[in-house]
Amino acid sequence: MVERRPLLDIFTHLLLLLSALALLLPVWLAFVAATQDLAGVSRIPINWLPGPHLWENLQEAWTRGGFATRFTTSLIVAVGVTLGKIVLAMLAAFAIVFFQWRARMLVFWAIFLTLMLPLEVRIVPTYAVAANALRPFQAILDATGLTALVQMLTGIEISLEWRMLNTPAGLILPLIATATGTFLYRQFFLTIPEELVEAAKMDGAGPLRFLRDVLVPLSRTTMAALATILFVYAWNQYLWPLLVTTEPERATVMVQLSRMVPRGDALPQWNIVMAGVLLAMLPPLAIVVLMQRWFVRGLVQTEK
Amino acid sequence: MERRATFRTPLLPWLLVLPQLLIIFVFFYWPTGEAFVWAFTLEQPWGGGRAWVGWQNFAEIFSSVHYWHSVRISIVYALGTSLLAIGSALLLALFVDREVKGSRHWRIALIWPYAIAAPAIGMIFRFVFDPRAGVFSMLNQMMPGLWDPSLNGTHAMLMLILAGAWQLVAYNFVFFLAGLQSIPRGLTEAAAMDGAGPLRRMRDIQVPLLAPTFFFLLVINLTDSFTNSFGLVHIMTDGGPARSTDLMVFKIYADGFKGLDYSGAAAQSIILMLLVVLLTFVQFRFVERKMHYR
Repeated sequence: MVERRPLLDIFTHLLLLLSALALLLPVWLAFVAATQDLAGVSRIPINWLPGPHLWENLQEAWTRGGFATRFTTSLIVAVGVTLGKIVLAMLAAFAIVFFQWRARMLVFWAIFLTLMLPLEVRIVPTYAVAANALRPFQAILDATGLTALVQMLTGIEISLEWRMLNTPAGLILPLIATATGTFLYRQFFLTIPEELVEAAKMDGAGPLRFLRDVLVPLSRTTMAALATILFVYAWNQYLWPLLVTTEPERATVMVQLSRMVPRGDALPQWNIVMAGVLLAMLPPLAIVVLMQRWFVRGLVQTEK
Repeated sequence: MERRATFRTPLLPWLLVLPQLLIIFVFFYWPTGEAFVWAFTLEQPWGGGRAWVGWQNFAEIFSSVHYWHSVRISIVYALGTSLLAIGSALLLALFVDREVKGSRHWRIALIWPYAIAAPAIGMIFRFVFDPRAGVFSMLNQMMPGLWDPSLNGTHAMLMLILAGAWQLVAYNFVFFLAGLQSIPRGLTEAAAMDGAGPLRRMRDIQVPLLAPTFFFLLVINLTDSFTNSFGLVHIMTDGGPARSTDLMVFKIYADGFKGLDYSGAAAQSIILMLLVVLLTFVQFRFVERKMHYR
């Protein structure tokens, strides 16, 4: 602080307190609702203080939403996206930064361009691909006449199919198909002094050895920052899981949330629904609060 | 990105990028290309014929009252959400940056909303604004019909904008704070020596220096509001009442997956893509300017 301004400091604290409370208010009301019984939650005027029913509401939401399997699914997706993206991004960035090869810039731009369009805007055809992930290759074979050729020669009709609906792969892979991580790793790799590469080469280390023994240890902070962002991103996905999990049993936690209120005009059991919301938002919240430092760093570096 | 010391193994780089290239080919380039093909053809759902129809799909969209309505309210939603979120985040960041006692705690108190998923906060806002159960039940009891987002389109949109802004505030706050903390201390101290008080410094030093961050966030917020509003809409209003919250992304979903009009949905996707690409280009104009706080 540059100078002492007691009055302004008090004002600052007051403003921040009010804003923090305003941000917290909806979540507080949800929490209060989750601690009431049905009569308490529909009382007019509403209760502002928690009641005694939190535990039983949580249990009720847990069993009614089938959260045991949903949490497993969501965890698989979140961890899969996090690990998958980190590994793919690191390998690709490694190839782009530390190798001299002809297609380098072309590959870089091909990956970089994916930053432009989020999954939401190409959702319909992506769904068609998820229904059969080998569809692009089939189409290429058909178009080049290879299918007809093979059928003529061998009598076998090529029909490639890999249904990804309701599978973890279908949930995870499309979410990995962006360049966020690759770009972050590239930026980081560019800051690594060339002397390190020269020294490694001098010592007779090949590229993979260099990756394993120099780059991976050096990129630990980058990795941690990226991991927190990706975990939260993947856990909170909604549109894609909603489409891909056509069987209710395969739903993620977030998709399950939407199914906890009745369609139509019936009044939802808000105390149970809010208990479900609390359960669903706990894991990413824990990550952000506990790993705040990494999280902020990852956020500022990846720019989403 | 030129380096002198590099490895020269011909095959290895290809092997390293192959997994990523495969995935983006199958799940990015192919679907994007297919969207273009679908937009100019009429396809029967799940196979069957596919006839070239030129601009007909676009012509149909552009002559649809519902589509223009959707575009209009999407713009209202995007602008409302972005300006509200950026404005409040800027204010908060300016004050947290004053480094009063415990500003570290204030920081965490303002960041956590970023962790809350759209469906979760959508559900919470739906409860809070439920005319029969939440805070508003009391008001409605005193004055029936005062608040009802399930019947009144304006109320529904207002509720949506509040929820959208609530979600974005934390993200914007992180960036504004990072921007503020990269402003050299010397500047602030020099201004203080010259007799500029904290508010004057905010107005004449901090806010102008934050201009690049501001534009960057504006573009990011607008893009996010255009593309990422599905979760909120689907949970809170389902596009209703009477299409009053039928935002563009939601309409693509509804037309494509509920109405099974793939070509129409693809054409709408193309328009949304162009919009996002346009916004991204605008952003790139500011990319080098915001580099200074890396």
